[in-house]
Formats: sequence, structure tokens, C-alpha cells
Amino acid sequence: MSRRLVEGAEAIAGAMVAAGCRFFAGYPMTPFTEVLEHMARLLPPVGGTCMNAESELEAVGMAWGAAATGTRAATGSVGQGLSLMQESLSEICHARLPLVVLNMARGQGDYHQATRGGGHGDYRHIVLAPADVPEAVELVQRAFWLADVWRNPVLVVGDYYLAHVQEAVDETPIDLPPPPAKPWALDGSTGGSGAAKIVSPLGTAKRGDPSFVEYGQHLEGIGERLAVMEAGVEPLVETIGIDDADLVVVAYGTPGRYLRYVVDELRREGLGVGLVRPVTLWPFPTGVVAAAAERARAVAVYELNTGQMLDDVRLAVLGRRPVRFIGGLSFDSSGFGIAPDLDAERLADRVRRALDETVRTGVPA
Amino acid sequence: MTDRVGASGDRVGSVGGLPPRRLVDDFVPPLILEGEHSLCPGCGEPVAMRSLVETVDELGLTDRTIAVFGIGCYTAFSGNLDLEALQALHGRAPSLATGVKRTRPDTMVVTVQGDGDMVNEGLAEVLHAAARAEAITCVLLNNGVFGETGGHMTATTVLGQRTKNTLDGRDAARHGYPILIADLIASLEGAAFVARGAVSSAGEVARSRRMLRRALEVQAAGTGFTFVEILTMCPTGWFVEAAEAPAYLQGRLAEVHRLGVLKDGASGADGAPVAARDGAR
Repeated sequence: MSRRLVEGAEAIAGAMVAAGCRFFAGYPMTPFTEVLEHMARLLPPVGGTCMNAESELEAVGMAWGAAATGTRAATGSVGQGLSLMQESLSEICHARLPLVVLNMARGQGDYHQATRGGGHGDYRHIVLAPADVPEAVELVQRAFWLADVWRNPVLVVGDYYLAHVQEAVDETPIDLPPPPAKPWALDGSTGGSGAAKIVSPLGTAKRGDPSFVEYGQHLEGIGERLAVMEAGVEPLVETIGIDDADLVVVAYGTPGRYLRYVVDELRREGLGVGLVRPVTLWPFPTGVVAAAAERARAVAVYELNTGQMLDDVRLAVLGRRPVRFIGGLSFDSSGFGIAPDLDAERLADRVRRALDETVRTGVPA
Repeated sequence: MTDRVGASGDRVGSVGGLPPRRLVDDFVPPLILEGEHSLCPGCGEPVAMRSLVETVDELGLTDRTIAVFGIGCYTAFSGNLDLEALQALHGRAPSLATGVKRTRPDTMVVTVQGDGDMVNEGLAEVLHAAARAEAITCVLLNNGVFGETGGHMTATTVLGQRTKNTLDGRDAARHGYPILIADLIASLEGAAFVARGAVSSAGEVARSRRMLRRALEVQAAGTGFTFVEILTMCPTGWFVEAAEAPAYLQGRLAEVHRLGVLKDGASGADGAPVAARDGAR
């Protein structure tokens, strides 16, 4: 095991290449830019291609084409660029193609975009949200594997902090089962066989092929597959002290990392607080949140937005406990999603106040 | 190519509502899968698509070609072609083709788009692919209308042309001017071969096929981006009889979108567009 002090953006790029990613396309926008820079440096020496796409629309289209040949491919941007890509991401889901997409977001305003999607029709991405660089390195590798297994895009959500913090990282590739074969991948060789392959969001076989189904049936099949995927992907989650907490705090990503520290400190002071940090945002760890809420008197949600994951927490708790929102928007003047509120003392105050209110007004323990 | 006479070799009568007589030289063109399609009588797109797949077949590229389709009337016909196919979103085929070619440089990659798809929705994509000198062949089926929506103005609709949203004809003051996309692409250094053909007559079909052949040869040589625009009839979207459509194409569309080879960089072009308009005659 070798550990190296490395900046998040470089570590993420390295993990993608280690996972076998050989095609990357991107359009510069901070803090995604830094990942693009590293991919442009790392891919050519291993025979891969990094495209400086002329727009986010082109970036996702190029990655789509590369994925269709069975190549492990990735693209990404920040939330704004991801907005432009939504139409394609929806279609890529319907075409059943694996793809890894990074959202090196500015703040946490893209939770709904990530977990609901801004595209058309019924589709979902598997969404992973690392809180630190070592976790990002592991999840990026896992993302390529999940994308291949489920033939579906996997979104990895980071932010400015994750891109720029330097941490000691073990860059040894993690052990994952071998990915499934890709008999659907295009290489041109089936042309003229009477059964040339097609990769299409409109259906997975040509008319006349025994597996051909009409478009409506294809969409219904995609819907059924979503349920199988939701049930089949085990959501990753970190918990602290949820067996004896009066108040369970739910937070993800970089704020989740801050809350991990704050909750530990407050527990040392003897306060009855716990933490649930969803690592997988879709499928959401509904069962863990529900079980933690059952044992507590109230739940508090911290996120750097006006309350988006709040919806999923409420859907997990189903009204059995009060759910308080203790997060909110917080930006400095840079526009990169640096949040003055991400300060251990400020966050500890919010958690303390929520705990006081819970003890005063919440349901009995 | 296989002759397909009636199964027992006999002719079928065409009187009294029976199926039409089959001719002894009836055959199914290579790489066309028999079956239903949803294109209108008089449509030029299947003629252009047949020209494309026959050219692929003639050049012996069948088992190394990947076709990327846009969204238009021709999209459904992609299911009748025995070539590997990748379906793109409206406008984005050149981007997908880039991803395919860069990861499978040993394949021949051909895109098929209409004028609404390429020149309206996806103008950036095709221009950037040309400027990058992507070793792909982009084929534009240009009929000057959104055929699939029922005949609406596109960026290539010629002045005076009636469409469902230019009822008095396209008027420069209200609707602006058509984009001559092949001319635009020919001006880019990355474009190695640029030509504009048509399928309005047997002679034009033959000339278009020569353009497609040259484009694929240049792609195989890897010297740059190749582009073949083919003017196709759309009697439904032009509100004319099918039999009148070829003359409409020649008299209106081809008067603005001029036919010929605009650039053949591999035969010594200096980067200047419109080297030899009639070179492929």
C-alpha cells in the first residue's frame, strides 16, 4: 500500500484512468476544469483520448459515442454544464449505455438535478457523493463498475473543496468483480450479417430481430428495469451514534464531512446527537434514515441549498418524527461554491439549537 | 446482390387488386432489410440512403462501418439498413460519431442527418467536427423542410419556398436567408472533401454515389473531414405531387444550393472553397 499526498482533482482523474477509463470529454468550468486538465495529461500515455469539447452538449455526445463502442468513458462539468447535458443523459439511460459523469458542483444546489434529473421521460442515475478524497478515489472506480453492471450512467458528485483539498491517498486500485461482457458494443463487424447491431434510445433491436419490441414496450421495459436497479443497488451510508441519539443529523458530501467532525465533538461533550451521511444519493438510503429516525426524537437536515435532500429524508421518515431543516445557501464572492457557513463552530451552533428545540418540543424519547 | 423473383419463379398478375407484377430484374439492394417503412411516396431519402449503403458495400466496408443517425423521417428507415447503427439525438450525430471514431479508429463512421437536424439544431456540432478534421463522413439529406413535422421552415429553406410556417413563402425580411452549409464547411481547413449532390434524376443519383464513394475513400485515407450533402425530394412537405418533386428540387433548391464538388483537398486544394463545382460530373 502506497499513500501519496495528492489534490482531489488529480486523484479523481487518476482513479478514472486506473478504473480503465480511456475516453474523456469536457468543457472547462471551475472546479471541473482541474479534472479535465489532469485527464488531458493522463490519458494519451495509456492510449486513451481526452477531447476538448466545444460545448457541454458536444462533450456528452462524444462520451455517448465512445460508450457505444464499449469503451469506459466519462464526461462531466459543474451543475450549469450538467443542465445542458440533461437531454443527452436521459437518452443515454434509454439507450442503456454505461457512462460516468462528474458534477464538480458549486455548492449543493444540484441535488434535485442529480437525483431526479432535469431531462425528459422516466430515467435515473446512480448517484455517489464522496465526502473526501480517499472516498472519491474509491467511488470513482466503483462508478465505472456500477455503470457497466447496470448499463446506466453513474453520477459522481463533488465540489470545489473536493477538487482542491490535498489528502493522503492510497492509489492502489480497489478490488471489484470483473465487469460483464459487452456484446452490445459497436465495432462495425456485424454489418451485412442480416442482424447488424443497433444502439438506440428508441429500442435495442431492429425490426425483424427476434428481440425487437415497439417503442412503447421499450419504454415500459426501461421503467421495469429502473425498479430492479433501485432494488439491486445497495446504497452506501456512514452513520455515527444513531443508536442513542435524540437528534439525528443528515448531511452528504463536503458538509457531511464537517458534520461528521461536529457530531463527534458534540458527542464528546455528552450531547445526544448522531449522523447519517448518505454516500449513495440514488438509490437513497431510505431504510437507514428511517431506522435512525425511529430511534431518535427528531431529524435535522443540513445541506448547502434551500432544502433538496430534505425531500428524500421526509419521504424516508414519513411523518413519524419532526424533520427540521438547519441548512441553507451560503456563498462567498468567488462564485465557486465556497461556503462561509462551513465552519465547525457555526455548524455546532445550528445542531445545538436543533437539539434544544427537539428536547423542548419533540416527541418523548 | 440476389435476384428475387417470385418464389416459384412465376410472374404475379397486377389486375383486379392483386399485387403488382414483379419484374425478372427485381432485386433487393445489398444491406437493405425487407420490411415495412414509413416514408412517403416520392421521398428522396430512401434513394439517398440506398446510395450510401450500396457505396459502402461496393467499397467492401460493410463489416467495419458504423452509421450514426439523427432524428428525422430517415430515422425509422435506419432499422431497414443492415449496417451497425448508433442513434443520436437531434443535432448531435457528429459528436457521437467523434466518440465512435476516436475509440474505434479502424472503423468507417458515417452520420446521416436532415437539414433541420444538422443546420438548425446541430450547426455547431457539424462545424466543429469539420474544423477538428475528424475522419468521419457526414451526410446531409437536405430537402429544405422539417419533413417529419409536416413541412416547416428550416435553416436551408430557400427564399420564396412555401412551408407551414412561411405560408407566403420564405421572405428574407421576416425569415432571413438560407444557410448554404456545404459552402460554409468547405471554407474550413479541416474539411478534406465537400460535395453537394441530389437524387432528382438517375444521373444525379449516379453523381451523388460518386461523391459518396470519394468521401469514403478520403475518410479511409484519414486526411480529414468529409461531407456530402444530398438534396432530396419531399413532395409532402413541399405540397406538390410526387411526380413534380424532382423538377421542384432542380428548379428551386438546386438553384440556391448549387450541385457539384466544392472541395477535394486530397487532389491538391489550396484550402480555397469551391475548387471545382462540376468535378464529379
